[in-house]
Amino acid sequence: MVLFYFIFIFLGWINIYAATISENDFDLLNFSTEYGKQLIWIGFSIPIILLILMFEAKFYEKYAAIIYVSFLALLAGLFVLGKNINGSTSWYAIGSFSLQPSEFAKAATGLAIAKLVSDKLFNLKKLSTQVQALLLLFFPAILIILQPDPGSALVYAAFIFVLYREGLPFYYITVGFIALFLFVITLILGYEVTLISSLVLFICILLYFIFYRPRAFRKGWIKIIGIYLMSAMFIFSVDLVFNQVFKQHHRDRFNIILGKTVDMKGVGYNTNQSVTTIASGGFFGKGFLEGERTQGNFVPEQKTDYIFTTIGEEWGFVGSTIVILLFVAFLLRIINRAEQQKAKFSRIYGYSIVAIFFMHFVINIGMVIGLVPTIGIPLPFFSYGGSALWGFTVLLFIFIRLDANKTYEW
Amino acid sequence: MSFLIIFIGVVFIARLFYLQVLNNSFNTPTLNNSAVKVMYDYPERGYIFDRNGVLLVANQLSYDIMVIPREVKPMDTVAFCTLLKITKEEFIEKIEKASRYSTRIPSTFLQQVSKDDYASLQEILYKFKGFYIQKRSLREYPKNSAANVLGYISEVNETMINNNPKYHLGELIGTAGVEKTYEEVLRGTKGVKFIQRDRFNKEIGSFKNGIYDTLPISGNDITLTIDAVLQQYGEALMTNKRGGIVAIEPSTGEILAMVSMPTYDPNLMVGRDRSKNFTKLYLDTISKPLLDRGLQAQYPPGSPFKVISALVALQENVITTGSSIQCFGGYKYGSGNGSFMRCHCETGGSPVALNVAIYRSCNSYFANAYRKTIDKFPTPTEGVNVWGKHAESFGLGNYLDNDLSVGQKGNIPNGNLYNKIYPNGRWRSTATISNSIGQGEVLTTPIQLANMTAAIANEGFYYIPHIAKKIKGKPLDKKFTTPIYTTIDKKHFKPVIEGLFDVFENPRGTARGSRVEGLEISGKTGTSENPHGQDHSIFIAFAPKDNPKIAIAVFVENGYWGSRWAGPIATLMIEKYLTGEIGRPLIEERMLKGSIQEEYDKQLK
Repeated sequence: MVLFYFIFIFLGWINIYAATISENDFDLLNFSTEYGKQLIWIGFSIPIILLILMFEAKFYEKYAAIIYVSFLALLAGLFVLGKNINGSTSWYAIGSFSLQPSEFAKAATGLAIAKLVSDKLFNLKKLSTQVQALLLLFFPAILIILQPDPGSALVYAAFIFVLYREGLPFYYITVGFIALFLFVITLILGYEVTLISSLVLFICILLYFIFYRPRAFRKGWIKIIGIYLMSAMFIFSVDLVFNQVFKQHHRDRFNIILGKTVDMKGVGYNTNQSVTTIASGGFFGKGFLEGERTQGNFVPEQKTDYIFTTIGEEWGFVGSTIVILLFVAFLLRIINRAEQQKAKFSRIYGYSIVAIFFMHFVINIGMVIGLVPTIGIPLPFFSYGGSALWGFTVLLFIFIRLDANKTYEW
Repeated sequence: MSFLIIFIGVVFIARLFYLQVLNNSFNTPTLNNSAVKVMYDYPERGYIFDRNGVLLVANQLSYDIMVIPREVKPMDTVAFCTLLKITKEEFIEKIEKASRYSTRIPSTFLQQVSKDDYASLQEILYKFKGFYIQKRSLREYPKNSAANVLGYISEVNETMINNNPKYHLGELIGTAGVEKTYEEVLRGTKGVKFIQRDRFNKEIGSFKNGIYDTLPISGNDITLTIDAVLQQYGEALMTNKRGGIVAIEPSTGEILAMVSMPTYDPNLMVGRDRSKNFTKLYLDTISKPLLDRGLQAQYPPGSPFKVISALVALQENVITTGSSIQCFGGYKYGSGNGSFMRCHCETGGSPVALNVAIYRSCNSYFANAYRKTIDKFPTPTEGVNVWGKHAESFGLGNYLDNDLSVGQKGNIPNGNLYNKIYPNGRWRSTATISNSIGQGEVLTTPIQLANMTAAIANEGFYYIPHIAKKIKGKPLDKKFTTPIYTTIDKKHFKPVIEGLFDVFENPRGTARGSRVEGLEISGKTGTSENPHGQDHSIFIAFAPKDNPKIAIAVFVENGYWGSRWAGPIATLMIEKYLTGEIGRPLIEERMLKGSIQEEYDKQLK
C-alpha cells in the first residue's frame, strides 16, 4: 500500500508538472509554480505520515469521537473564517496557502463511523442505530453542502457501502439504486412518460399477484401499492427537484452526459475538451510534455480535477489503463487488508477508506471520460492541491497504522 | 464491493479503449490541430544585379501597423490619426474591422507605412497601447528602369495556392518578368515556427521548444545579362515613342538591353498603392504599359527580312552573288495591273546584284530571289515549306524557349496556310510574293529579329537569348550555352554581311545618315506597312562587323521609315555600348526629344 502510495504520488506529480509547465520558467525548485508547490505539499506529507504512524493504533479508536467533533467544528468555523475560492467557502487561508478541512473531515468521519459501528451493542438491523449512523454522516455532509461544495459531500454517500458490509440491510442499497435508476430514466424520458409506463408496469405486477399469488397479495397489497405510490412520488419529485432545486449548471451537466444538450463551447466545454484531449492521446500517447492540448491549457482545471486528461493525452491508452489498473489493484488490496483485520474498528475503517477512494475514483475518472456528470472532486494522489493530498495521505496512513497493529488484540 | 470495483475498472478501460483506440476521428495530426499555430518567417528575396554588378532590384523594409483590439486603451485618437494620415472615420472603421476578426489576435491596422513615417511613429507609438509595428520586406527598384524585364511581385491568389501548396495566403510571388521566371531562385525558403496556443488562441510560447522550427533561408541573388546603362539609354531614346529595342551579345546570346515603350516606373508596383497603380496600368488599353513590346509585339519585319530571303536563295542555289536583275521601280509578277510590287531602290535599270540589292533594299531583287526559290520545287506548297524551314532555323515563327516570362510565336507561313486560304489549291509562288520582303504573312517580335541579327552576325548560329547571367550556386541552364545552327551554310553569310555593311558605308546606302565614324556597323533598315497607320520604323544592326559584340533590333511603331527613327536609335545604342560615349550630339538630341505622339493621337480619332 505504501508502494502504491508513492507510485501514485510520483505519477501525480509528473502529470501536474506536465499540466502546468511552461517554457518560460523551467525551474524544478521554483516554489511559486504549481508543480513546485505540489512538491512542497508532497515534502510535508512525509512528516505528516511519520506523525500518524507515531501514535498508538488505539489512539485513533479512543479519540475518534473527539477528532470527529473537532472537524465538525472546523467545518462549521468556515462560515465565519473561511476564504471564498471559486464560489465555495471551503478554505482556511494561512498565508499564501489555504487548507480545505473537508478533505480531512473524510478521515474523521471514517474514524467516527468505525468507532460507532464497531461497538458490540451496535446493530445495523435496527432502525434507531441506522438513523444514528446516518446522522453521523449527515452532519459533515450537510456542512459541506452548505459551503457549498456538493461534490465533496457526495463522497459521504460512499459510507453506505461500509454500512452494508457491516450489516445494513441490502434493501437500502437496492432502494438507492432504484432511486438512481428512476432518476436517470425520468430525466431522459420526462416524468409523464415515466409515470405512465411505471403505472403500466405496476398494474401488470398487481395483476400477477392477484391471479397467481392471491394469498401474498392479500397479505401485502398495502405494501405493494405503497411502494408504487412512493416511486411515483419520487418520479414526480425528481422533476420538481431537477427544475426547482438544482441550479442551472447542475441541470446542464446532467443534460450533457445524457446527450440531451450538445454544446461544445458553453456548458459542454469542459466535458468536450477533456474527452477530446484524452482521445487525442491515441494508443501510446504523445509522450511526456508532448501533449499540445495539455500544454495549451485547453482543459480547464487540468491540474486538479482534470489531471487524468494529461495522463490520457501524454501517455495514451496504455498509460491511462495502467493508472486505472493500479487504482483497482490498490482498492482491492485495501479490501484484502481490511478483511484480515481482527479488530472490527480497523476493518470498518479500512472499508471506509476504500469507499471514499472508490467514490473519488469513479466520479473523477467517470467525469473526465464523459460517463458521469461534471462533479468537481479530485483524483486521489494525482490532483494538484495540498489539502486533498494531505487528506488522502492521512486517510491512508491511519489505516496503515491500524493494519500494522492487527496482530495485537486489545 | 470488490466486484463493483473491478466492474467499474473494466467499464473505464472499455471507455478509454473506445475513445483512444477505436474512435480515431479525434486523432488529428499532431502539427495540424487547434493547439498549434504555424507561423512563417519570410526570407529576404534575392537581389537582382545587372551584368556589371549594378543593383537593379533591392529590398526595402516596410512597416505594417498591427493592432490587438483588446489591448487598445483610451488614447488621443486625433493625434494618432494625424500621425498616420488617416481620418477619424477610417480609424473607427479599421478598429471595428479588426475587432470583428478577433479582439485577441493581432490584425493589420495599416499596411506598408513608409520608412519616414516609421521613424516618427516608432518614437511615439508606445503611447498607444495595443498597436505595434511589424516589419516586412518590400521590393525596391533603385534604377527606376527595365520594369518590363524585372517584372513585379504580388500577393498569391487562391488559384495559385490551390495549385501550389508551398504558398500561403498573403505571401508574395513573382508575377511578371524575371521575378516570375526566377521565382524559385529568388524567393528562398521560408522559416516555420510552431507556436503553442492556449484555449483562447493566445500564443503562450514556442511549440516543444521549437524543435520543428526552421530558419528562413534568404533567396539567391541573380546577375542579369542586362547592361543597366544601355537599358536606361534605350529607354531615354524611346521616350514618347512606342516600340521595342532588343540588344543581344551574339557570342553568348545574352540580352544586353530590352526596352519596351511606353513603360512604367517599377516602384509603382510596390507598397500600399500597388493594386491601385496596377489597375490603372492594366486598364490603359491605349499605350498598354504592361505589354512588353520587345517580347510580345508582333510586327511584319519588313526589309530586314530580305536578308533571310537572300540567304535562303543562296542556300538553295537559285541565285549567286553575281547574278543580277534590272529594276524599273518595281517588280511585275503577274499579267494583271495589280500584280506589281513597287520598289524604291532607284537603280534606274542598271544591273542589281546582291550587294546593291541589300544596301538599296531593292524589292524587285528579293521578290525575284524568293520566287525562284519557291519555283525550284514541283509544288508551291513544298517550296514554301522548305523556305519556311530555313527561316525558322533563325528562331523565327516560334517561341524562343528562353527564360523570359512572356513571348509570342510570331509567324512564318507554310504551305498548309496557303492551301487553307486557297482551298482549291490554285496558288503559286507569286501569291505569297510579299513574304520575300517581310510583309505578307510574316510576323516577328523584336527579340526574334534581334536573335536573327545575332545569327547573321555569328554567320550561321545563335544562342537562345537569355536574361540570367549568373545565379548564385547554380549553373546556367545548358540550353543557353549550346549553339543552335541555322540551315544556311556559313559561306553564304559573308557576301550578305558585306551588303549589310554597305548599308552604312556605301554613299547610297539606306542608313548612310546613321553612320558612326570609327565603328564598323552592319545593318538593315526596314519600313513595314501595317493596317494601323503610318509604317513602322525598323532597324537591325550588329557591330563590329568582324567579331560582333552587339546585335540589335529596333521597332518604332508608326515611325514612317527605317532610317528616320529606328536607324539612328540603333546606331546610338551601338555607339553607346561599344564606345561609352556619343560622338553625334545632334542626332542624339533629335532622338531624345523626338516624339511620335501626334501620330498615335491620330489613330484614336
